[in-house]
Order: sequence, then structure tokens, then C-alpha cells
Amino acid sequence: MRELHDFPGGLLLEPHKEITDQKMSILHPLPERMFLPLRQHIGEPAEPVVKIGDKVLKGQIIARADGNISVPIHASTSGRITDIGDYPVPHPTISKAPSIVLEPDGDDAWFDIRPTEEYDRTEPAKLQKLIRDCGIVGLGGAGFPAHVKLMEGVENAVDTLIINGVECEPHISCDDRLIQEKASYVVSGARMIRHAVQARHCVIAVEDDMQLAYDALAGLVDDDLELVKVPTRYPAGGEKQLIRTLTGKDVPSEGLPIHIGIVIHNVATAAAVYRAVTRGEPIVSRYVTVTGKVDNPINLQVLIGTPVEDCLATCGYRHDENNKVIIGGPMMGLRVTGPNMPVIKTTNCIIIQENTPVRPEMPCIRCGDCVGVCPAQLLPQQLYWFARSAELDRAREYRLFDCIECGCCAYVCPSHIPLVHYYRHAKAQIVLEDEQGREAGLARERFDRKNERLKYETTGRGSAKPHGDADQDQESRAEKQAYVQEALARTRAKRRDRTGQED
Amino acid sequence: MIKTTISSPHWHDGRTVSVVMTDVCVALIPGLLCYVWLFGPGVLLQCVLAVLFALSFEYAVLRLRRRDPKLFLRDGSAVVTALLFAVSISPLAPWWVCLCGIAFAIIIGKHAFGGIGYNIFNPAMAGFVFVVLCFPVQMNTWPDLAGHGIGAYLGSIFPAGAWQPDMLSGATPLDELKTRLEMMEMVSEINSGINGTPIFGLIGGAGWEWINLLFMLGGVYLLARGVIKWQIPAAVLAGIFITSSVLYFYDAETYASPLFHLFSGGAMLCAFFIATDPVTASTTPRGRLIFGVLIGVLICLLRQWGAFPDGVAFAVLIANVFVPLIDLLTRPRAFGEK
Repeated sequence: MRELHDFPGGLLLEPHKEITDQKMSILHPLPERMFLPLRQHIGEPAEPVVKIGDKVLKGQIIARADGNISVPIHASTSGRITDIGDYPVPHPTISKAPSIVLEPDGDDAWFDIRPTEEYDRTEPAKLQKLIRDCGIVGLGGAGFPAHVKLMEGVENAVDTLIINGVECEPHISCDDRLIQEKASYVVSGARMIRHAVQARHCVIAVEDDMQLAYDALAGLVDDDLELVKVPTRYPAGGEKQLIRTLTGKDVPSEGLPIHIGIVIHNVATAAAVYRAVTRGEPIVSRYVTVTGKVDNPINLQVLIGTPVEDCLATCGYRHDENNKVIIGGPMMGLRVTGPNMPVIKTTNCIIIQENTPVRPEMPCIRCGDCVGVCPAQLLPQQLYWFARSAELDRAREYRLFDCIECGCCAYVCPSHIPLVHYYRHAKAQIVLEDEQGREAGLARERFDRKNERLKYETTGRGSAKPHGDADQDQESRAEKQAYVQEALARTRAKRRDRTGQED
Repeated sequence: MIKTTISSPHWHDGRTVSVVMTDVCVALIPGLLCYVWLFGPGVLLQCVLAVLFALSFEYAVLRLRRRDPKLFLRDGSAVVTALLFAVSISPLAPWWVCLCGIAFAIIIGKHAFGGIGYNIFNPAMAGFVFVVLCFPVQMNTWPDLAGHGIGAYLGSIFPAGAWQPDMLSGATPLDELKTRLEMMEMVSEINSGINGTPIFGLIGGAGWEWINLLFMLGGVYLLARGVIKWQIPAAVLAGIFITSSVLYFYDAETYASPLFHLFSGGAMLCAFFIATDPVTASTTPRGRLIFGVLIGVLICLLRQWGAFPDGVAFAVLIANVFVPLIDLLTRPRAFGEK
């Protein structure tokens, strides 16, 4: 039995999962139109490889990965490309982004996809390529390309692979349902990832209130996999928090799990890997919890690109202005302006909440409630102070970048300060300043190089010349000198004139 | 249009500054009732006066500073300041002492620094120190334990002619101890009492021990409600206990016992209500311990060698000065930080 450790801070929240976690998920019908943003992951957006009017099949690549930290986008069903352009996306700062619009033909006909030979005989590098080609990203919410994490694991010694089924945010039950309905996918996927990174241990973790999911997994795991229940406490499913809970080790500040020999993937990612390996199936659908003030809250298996509006309609809800739409959980989710955007690879939950007026923001009274609940052991009230007064260096010194934006601090703040909002803003500002600093550095470098070049050109010292042959150089130098002489003569003449007038 | 949160989280536990301040007021009730029971209703009159003055000044200054009075009056911080000030001053003090103290507390102590959340010094204690320095006689004349009626107090608080509460007053245990120690008497001698009534009760100063105990009870309520954290009260009490123990074991005839110090004067009020004012206290877990111990030690030293019988107000103000430094030096190690 694995010894569990405690992580700092955190909150006990009302789970609200019972609304959806007992109900069998349903397949969402084909929508009329699907919107597939080119960026549904962290990294570079994919590049379209189809034209308007092209016919595509389900699972066919319609945009290819651009660079290493990028994944391709696949057609979620068969149909015709009707547009490539800017459409609404669920994103905190961008309202519209380049997307491919697909009109389903109703056949849902598969592209020619093939399984890989036995995974345990496949080289890790090949498996990694397959995972990338299938567009697999972290399905827990962050959307980091899975193959990059996998490669880190292949290149470094991995002690423990953690398959994260700890769905700590209230309301969300999509991973819970996925495990209950497709436990074998999760377990087999975990074995495949484990093989790819050659991890010594592999742990599948669920929350202790996910008994049915636990039971489903327990029937499938062998001695090779450990199945662990962790105490329900938000944010127990956070990467760093879960690693602490399971291993007692801390991911270094501003560091990655691999730095302490750990690779961590979401259960849905593991299931996606299983599908990719056994069938060659890319990510074309996912589980999405639709809950809150809808008539029939339930988990849906949704094709990527399906409008949120359609998912809500399936659950018997029509949007009106008295309610707000949240994509993700109530603690970290994104409040969107309306349901006119698609479900993307990282969309785990859609919540309809009543639009209650917010309490006004009061000054911080330094009560320190935020300090007690911060799972990153930061001083949120100090960070707030630095963020507000734009003391960005101090904010960084106080480890702003270790903030995981879990929202615990703002949840307990009696002054109702939107703390996370301030931190996001400050982080963005710091990143921007760093970029500007880099650009300024590059400009300075260019300037220095130019000065050096000019020095060569004017003095003629040194044998190595940046460019141009000697004759041209001589010519231009002579020209320049003539120009300077002329200018000097003009100035002297003017000066003479002026002194003459004054006299 | 309804204003709504754009940024996550979209949930909140529902607590507000007003809820916090109301909790503090509720927690004061047992101690206050005991105070009334022992000394008569004077303290309640002071509370009413102080709250009225505080709300008026708060309203005026908020208007001057173009802040929304409705929003900021409702936060309840002015009421808490007023109550803490009122239970700290002598119930016999005339009304103008209360007026001046509250004026200083709200206008200078609080708003001159930027209002709620920005003040460096505990406003109630700043007001207290202001009047104790300006009106030492009025501030150091305390009622005796006879439990005078409301008429006597009204006469003292709103004097018709010159302020002469001599008929009502008696020395407080801390006052008596200080004066007679200075006259080179022994602690045991002093405890034999004034006219046969000992000044020491069972554990602390006679009468005051019960008030202290009930303020402690209120403090436990605040701890249970999560309004205050354990570090500051524990550290203040530890600071008092350790300092007085050292002195007591050095010479029990010149220095009063640790229990006497813990349950006399404003010790418990300070530990649970005054030092725990979040705005002016340290906010880091370790910083709170340092801040509290500093106050506890200072209370003992000031009681022993200071100019006034009790040292709570000065101790708190001195410790307030060190808060930025304490906070800077006690930043907790972030998760995963080496």
C-alpha cells in the first residue's frame, strides 16, 4: 500500500458530481456544422492542408503540426470544408481564432486508419510519432502535446508514471464516466505509455469519492499497476499536488515533473493513446460534462468541433441572458460570452450558472485567509499588492510563476478581490516585458554589429570585411569623405556669413 | 446590465468583510457583559458614544475622500475600532475623551493612511494612546468594584461642572501594583489589599480576571469561526508568560506572577482582539508568531518599567512598526522552492 502525503492549502468544496456521475453518457448527434480551431493545444497552431470545398473523411488530417510543440487537427467526421477563417474560440483573451469549418455529410465515414503492431514491440520513438500524428494532447485541461511529455520521459529515467484520474473540480465528472465506461482503455493506455517511457512504477490515481470508477479499474489492474485513492480535496488533481500526495516529492519551483523522474498523464489521454495504438484512431471526440441549470445534466460523447450551443440543446437548455456559460469547472473554468463556440480537445465541462451580481471589490484587509488555502504556499495578498502596483520584479521574487491559478485564494477572500485575475494580468505583463527585453537585446546586438561594420568601413582596419569588395569600399569611402568635406565647407560658409552680418 | 465576474473562480464561500467584523463584535459580548456586571453600565455608555462618533467621522471622511459611504460604512470596521477603543478606556472618562480618541483613531489612525486595509497602526490603539497622552488624569481614573448605577456614570461621562469622579473611582490592580512597587513594597504585602480586599483575585487582578477569561472565550469563538488564526493569540500569551515567568522566578517579591499578568488589564483583549487586527498585523504564519511574541514581551516590560500601568497600546503600536520588516523576513518557502 502506497503511503500518501499531504499537500499544503486547498479547500473542501461541495462536489455536485452526483448530478451527472451516475448517468450513462450519451453520444451527441452529428451537428450541422463543426468548427475546428487550428490551435486546441499549447504551442504552435496547426497549418491547414485542405482547401475550401474539399471533401474529407473522419480522422483525416486537415491541418498538420507546425514544429515540435504542435499537433495536427483531424476531421471529426466525414464531410466538406466550407470555410477557413476566424471563428469564436474558448480562450481567456482571444475571442476569435483561425478555424476550419466542416459540414458533415452524415455518413461519418472513416479515413483509412490502421492499428500499430503490438505496442510492446514498437520502439518508443515510433509510438511517440503515432501519438503526435493522432493529435493527442493533455485532455485534463491544459492541452500540452502528449508526445512532448512522452519524449521527455523517453530521454530521461522515469521512476513513476502517474495516470491522473483525480477530477478535483466540482461538477466535472467526465473522467469519472470515462473510467466507468471505458476502464479497459485507461488501463491498457497506461500500460502503453508506461512501456514507451519505461517507467519503473505506474500509478493510477482517483479520488476517494469515485468508488464506481475505482471498482471498474480494480478489476483490470494487475501487479504491474498500482491503483490509489487519494483524499478528496481541491486541488488534489493538480499536477504538483498529486505528485506530492503520491510520492512525497515536490516538483521544483518553476520546474517540471520530469526533473524528479515523474511523468503524469490524464486518464482520458491514456484512453486516447489506447485508441491510437490499437486502431490508429486520432482524437475526434471526447467526454464532456454538461451540468448546472440545464434540464438534463449528463455526460456527452461529443465530436470535437461541435458547437457548445448544440451540446446545451441536447441537454434541454436554450441560452438566455440571465445565465452564464462556463467552460471548465467553477474554480478554474472560463466564463465565455455565449455558447457560440466549439467544444475543443481540452473542453471537459460546460456549466450553466445563474448570473448573480458580484459583490464589489473591497480593499485587502490582509486577513491572510488566502495564505492558508494556497496550495503553492505563496503569499497571495502580497502578490496582489505587487501585481496592483506593477512591482513585477517583486511579484516574481514572491514566486508568482508558481501560482497554478486554482482560485482557492479568491474563493475565500472576504474582500471579494478577483485575485487570480490580477495574477494572470501580472504574468502576462512579465512575459511581455521579457519578450520586449529580448527584442531590445537583439536590436542592441544588431546596432553593435552595425557599428562594428561601420568602424571597419570608415577606418579600413582589419583584413576581414563584413561584405563588399575592396574597390567598392574605397569608392564609397571616397564618396562619403567628399560628402563630409562639402558639408563642412557649407557650414563654414554659413558661419562666415553670420559673423559677417553681426559685425 | 448586471456586473458579473469574468475571471475564475466562479464560486465564492460567501464571506465578506462585514461578516468578519460582525463576528468580532459578537465575540466581544461575553467580556462586555461581565464588565457591566462587575463595574456597572459605564462601559456600555462608552461603547454607544464611541460607535456614534466613529460612524459620524467615518461618514464625513468617506465623503471628503469621495468614497462610497454606503459601501464602506457597511464593512463594520469603524464599529469594531469604536468598540475596542471603548472597552480600553476608563468607563468614567468624560465624553470629550471618547470624542478625541475616536477622531484620532478614524481620521489620523485610519484614513490618513488610506482607509481600511492601508493603515499601519491599529486605529483603536492609536486613538487610545493619543488620549492617554493628552488626558492622563481622565484616562487613569478607573471605577472601583462597587458596580455603580447608570446615573453615576452619566454624571461622570457628561459632567455638569468640573469632572470629579472621585466618589466612584478606585485603583485597578495593575495601577495599585505599579504604584506600591515603586514605593518599595513587596508583592505579598501589596496583595494583602486595600482596606482588607485583596487586589489579586483567584488567578489575576480582582474582577479583571473574569473579564479577561470571558474575552478569551470570545477569542476562542473567533478561532473556531476562522476569523483569527491561532498564531498571534498564542504568541502574545506566550510572550507575556515567558517574560513574566523569568522575572517572577528571578524575584517573586518584586515581580507579579505570570498568571496575574495573563489575567489582568487588557492582556486577553489584546491577544484575541487587538493584536489580531489583520490589517496591522503580520500576515505570514511565522511572522505572526514573531509579531505576537514581540507584543507579549513588550506588554510585560512596559507594565514593569513603563510610565503607565498597562502597556498593551504601546506594545501593539511598536510591534505595528515592525510588521513590514517581519513580513519581508518570514516569506514562506513556496511549494517546491529550494
